[in-house]
Amino acid sequence: MTSAKEVVFKPLFDNNPIALQILGVCSALAVTTQLSVTLVMCIALTSVTAFSNLFISMIRNYMPSSIRIIVQMTIIASLVIAVDQFLQAFAYEISKSLSVFVGLIITNCIVMGRAEAFAMKNPPVLSFLDGIGNGLGYSVVLIVVAVFRELLGSGSLLGYEILPLVGNGGWYQGNGLMLLAPSAFFIIGLFVWVLRSVKTEQVENAEFRIAPHASHSHEGAF
Amino acid sequence: MSSKDTVTKTLVVAFFLCVVCSILVSGTAVILKPMQDENRILDRNKNILSAAGLYDSAIHSDSEVAELFSRFTPRLVDINAGRFLEADEALALGIDIVNYDQRKVITDPALSEALTSEEDLADVKRRALYQMVYLMEGNSEDELDTIVLPVSGYGLWGILYGFMALEGDANTVKGLAFYELKETPGLGAEVRNPRWTALWPGKKVYAEDGGVGLTVVKGAGTGDYEIDGLSGATLTSRGVANLVQYWLGDDAFGPLLKQLGGMQNQAIAVLGND
Repeated sequence: MTSAKEVVFKPLFDNNPIALQILGVCSALAVTTQLSVTLVMCIALTSVTAFSNLFISMIRNYMPSSIRIIVQMTIIASLVIAVDQFLQAFAYEISKSLSVFVGLIITNCIVMGRAEAFAMKNPPVLSFLDGIGNGLGYSVVLIVVAVFRELLGSGSLLGYEILPLVGNGGWYQGNGLMLLAPSAFFIIGLFVWVLRSVKTEQVENAEFRIAPHASHSHEGAF
Repeated sequence: MSSKDTVTKTLVVAFFLCVVCSILVSGTAVILKPMQDENRILDRNKNILSAAGLYDSAIHSDSEVAELFSRFTPRLVDINAGRFLEADEALALGIDIVNYDQRKVITDPALSEALTSEEDLADVKRRALYQMVYLMEGNSEDELDTIVLPVSGYGLWGILYGFMALEGDANTVKGLAFYELKETPGLGAEVRNPRWTALWPGKKVYAEDGGVGLTVVKGAGTGDYEIDGLSGATLTSRGVANLVQYWLGDDAFGPLLKQLGGMQNQAIAVLGND
């Protein structure tokens, strides 16, 4: 039996959904130009994952396996719509900048992945905590990406100016690449690299070995 | 395992799931709708005020918006006739002034029209027949202080939506604010940079010959009619120039604006009609 603590904290670094399982990368590219937007997205995803895990786990013993996936999707989709409605009512500005990406939580592999891999086999409370843990694992990566992107791209954090931009009379020339989606790939790549350098057990075995260089008989290179 | 896999069980589970989920979805939508509508109107009012240079999110709180906005009178314009619609005319058309959204009616053939490619300088394809503009009275009773017009036009990646504010003479620019765009961050999206929007106030719209003289030029703009282009955003700058040309031109708000500019002293008649 997995303990609650393990379920919540393991996905942060040891079994991170983005860095180790490489799931849910799409929204990590799209919503990380501003830290404030990222935080709201993280809360939205964490609550959807937690509650979908909870509800799916509650009815897991009654769920006919033939319609299992569609039942999970219906629950996830309903929760996402509810979250979207809440954002439009209480955080209108941010819901505008998140636009379709809240809706796209439905297709986020982390939510579906946890429902299928964990909630179908575990009791409700533990499943709920697993959802929180994986949501936090997703959040850790997104927040790191967003801090770099907002700071280097717009010279600010959470909208507060930290590096005054040349365009506003300061000295810092904003890095335009950071405002575009590809920069998130680089930052996630660096994050994975750092993580796997520290936790070497996450390094995957090579699928094949490159043969040593065949020696040349002529010219005597060395 | 097999006991929960019968056809009956499957149908029962599917049925109850649908009922519960639809109650959840429609419940949240219905309960939260009033707050969402309020947010939408507040957001629109903020955009109008910031185009007129009256609102700064760093200074004003949300609660002040209503008071600032109360000086504006919304008026519906028949864009082809170049005149204001009276309240009863709007009612006859089935338009509810408070909730009218000219971006929504664009799909309604009765309330919008397709533009021919020569007409369509701003590349918006269709426009609403009736456009909502906002008028603000000056301090003295019978003068028009500000006119706020809705503008839209295609930039590089999509249509930019915004409001343009003119002084009471219907010729001097008071401000331009875009509230929705898909332009590249750091390049085209700089149309929202306060340093760039600060270039607009004081510029003139109509040239000597009566045509729209106001434009965005490449490099630094000079004189009363030119705005500096945004570096690295030639197509967005061109899109903004086109939408100004179109919406202030003879095919759109031009006739109405010239009429307003010519009869400033009777402006109170315009304001006082509803």
